[in-house]
Amino acid sequence: MASRAPFDLLYSDTEDELRSAVRSLLADRCDAASVLARAETDRPHDPELWRTLATGIGAAGLLVPEKLGGQGASHREAAVVLEELGRAVAPAPYLTSAVLATEILLGCDTASAEVAGLLAQVAAGARVCVPAVPLTLAPGAPLPAGVRDGGGGVLTGRVGSVADAVAADVLLVLADTGLYAVPAPDVSLVRAVPLDLTRPLATVVLDGAAGTRLADPAAARAAVAGALLSGAGLLASEQLGLAEWCLTETVGYVRGRHQFNRPVGSFQGLKHRLARLWLDVASARAAARAAADALATGSPDAPLTVAVAQAYCSGVAVRAAEECVQLHGGIGMTWEHPAHLYLKRAKADSLALGTTGHHRALVADFAELPSP
Amino acid sequence: MITSEELAARVRELLAAHPPGGTDREDFLRARFDAGLAWVHYPEGLGGLGAPRALQAVADAELEAAGAPDNDPRRIGIGLGMAAPTILAYGTEEQKRRFLRPLWVGEEVWCQLFSEPGAGSDLAALGTRAVRESGSGDWIVDGQKVWTSSAHTARWAILIARTDPALPKHHGITYFLCDMHAPGVEVRPLRQITGEAEFNEVFLTGVRIPDAHRLGAVGQGWEVARTTLMNERVSIGGMRIPREGGMIGPVAGAWRERPELRTHALHQRLLELWVEAEVARLTGERLRQQLAAGQPGPEGSGMKLTFARLNQEISGLEVELLGEEGLRYEDWTMRRPELVDFTGRDAGYRYLRAKGNSIEGGTSEILLNIVAERVLGLPAEPRDDKDLAWKDLAR
Repeated sequence: MASRAPFDLLYSDTEDELRSAVRSLLADRCDAASVLARAETDRPHDPELWRTLATGIGAAGLLVPEKLGGQGASHREAAVVLEELGRAVAPAPYLTSAVLATEILLGCDTASAEVAGLLAQVAAGARVCVPAVPLTLAPGAPLPAGVRDGGGGVLTGRVGSVADAVAADVLLVLADTGLYAVPAPDVSLVRAVPLDLTRPLATVVLDGAAGTRLADPAAARAAVAGALLSGAGLLASEQLGLAEWCLTETVGYVRGRHQFNRPVGSFQGLKHRLARLWLDVASARAAARAAADALATGSPDAPLTVAVAQAYCSGVAVRAAEECVQLHGGIGMTWEHPAHLYLKRAKADSLALGTTGHHRALVADFAELPSP
Repeated sequence: MITSEELAARVRELLAAHPPGGTDREDFLRARFDAGLAWVHYPEGLGGLGAPRALQAVADAELEAAGAPDNDPRRIGIGLGMAAPTILAYGTEEQKRRFLRPLWVGEEVWCQLFSEPGAGSDLAALGTRAVRESGSGDWIVDGQKVWTSSAHTARWAILIARTDPALPKHHGITYFLCDMHAPGVEVRPLRQITGEAEFNEVFLTGVRIPDAHRLGAVGQGWEVARTTLMNERVSIGGMRIPREGGMIGPVAGAWRERPELRTHALHQRLLELWVEAEVARLTGERLRQQLAAGQPGPEGSGMKLTFARLNQEISGLEVELLGEEGLRYEDWTMRRPELVDFTGRDAGYRYLRAKGNSIEGGTSEILLNIVAERVLGLPAEPRDDKDLAWKDLAR
């Protein structure tokens, strides 16, 4: 099978500048100790951090064209932001609001005042908007049909495992009659105890909540499907950043930690494991960049490239976090060392937006390798 | 500095003076070398123009489009990839002028006399001796080399030999250019796991090498050899591979064309390897883009590891996929191929030949050490052989 013109797999100067800005913000305001401290409260998100990221750096509107109030950048830049958020295991509703909800809104009729108004606010970081879909919902999977419109946009139903709902000002709800924007105070949330302490989960309960209709059922479904594709493709960059932190941190640790009168990093058994992990991370970078570039250019190859990136990067992130815990020995098992935050995020990310198995099945379809 | 437009103009001049259709192949290649279009980054007069390496692609593309003959780079890969950069870096002016042109044209094939039965991964432990004759100043070489590809077609060899056994192993080695037609050079086919003799053993008995064919200073051989080895390892990754361009292609083809072979267990493994092969392709492409942008990354040292593992896993899956057919082998007759050709061969051959991918050109274990130490900065293994005289090492 032929492949398209090669993707641009490098980072541009602009992307490097964006990375430095995000990285230095996170270094100042999102160290591991404060992430952990927040994770133990019922408000894991830091609204101040979000405001600086969203408005100071302008990261929330990267995917939104300038005429709609955004930065007019692309998935390539959003991917760089996600790499840094993954590296810091930052509790920020970026994937949900700046990527998934934003892409859903962009997939609706942006000429309509309701859509454009909400989109501009989300792009400006003035409101956090979160899609009321389970975090595990995958591109290519059947969309949930649990919310009913009792007439005139009065919605009833429940959606479980909605990420970042607790930070939302507005929820995007997919109902039988279309897509609705529902103000967060009009729904009730049943918080779950999440495996990933840095990405809170809740069940969204709609009990006659009034929504503003943004799209009819067909348009709504298409918009959500497109957003899931982008979300899955960009999640690979979060996984990359996370894996890279785990590798760097572990290499640093085994260089300094002495046992048997030598640095443990001088033992070949450990060196080979870390060298293999480095290879995996370098490969994950190529896969994640290809997905971001394919989405940015609207390549017809994007669905396959995203499926490849997701089928690959989830495993690398989990392996990196598992190696990080193991090679830190006893300290890797403690609550005070941040390794567990990364392991929990990596494992949860491997379920988010489709498992490896789901994405492999998509590869089978796109690459014409049918099951028996 | 020459621009790509100027370079393209030079290519057109060459083509006008030597139309590929009406010119003898080697004459054309000599003219190309003399025009500085062989290796554009080499110095003028030595096949190049002192241009940025990235411009080579411009020259290659123009020449390919014009239907110009190439120098069959796969056949002379050791000369191009290893001997040439080492001669360029360490050779005398006379050596560069004598050897580089016929090497590039392919008139003289090169092989590499490095590995020995007792010195593979621990290459610096080699025992082949070179002793200087007092009157003539020539070197007399005795020893045995092994795993030598192309020795049976080679005119010249790069050779490392021990010139001072009283020094620690890395310090007593000297690098030579060895005439494969000299008396005392005996090449014997070495039959392998595939049944073929793609490699050779080379026995050196009283082989006389003039001092003018020494490359670098006496005792500097290890340093010179490192240039060769580094070039050996970076040679991969420069090529653009299409999707399914590697070993995954035939397996995916068999899967599509022969539904009766499909099982669920094989499907899962196929998809896993298909994804990994595609990611490896993208990683190689990213490396290529980094090189082209003048930002070489350390990923090159990893590509060989990845391809070795993938080739072995994919070819293993393919044999299994073929079922009954996988029980059969194409031909055990001993042959002496000039090239390794994976794609033109059966799955069983691919499976067996791929076993060498993690051994030849540096074992995967050694390459993992290199990645760990040079890329990740992990400490070296403690070594007690570095300061001991070679003659006192355990053997």
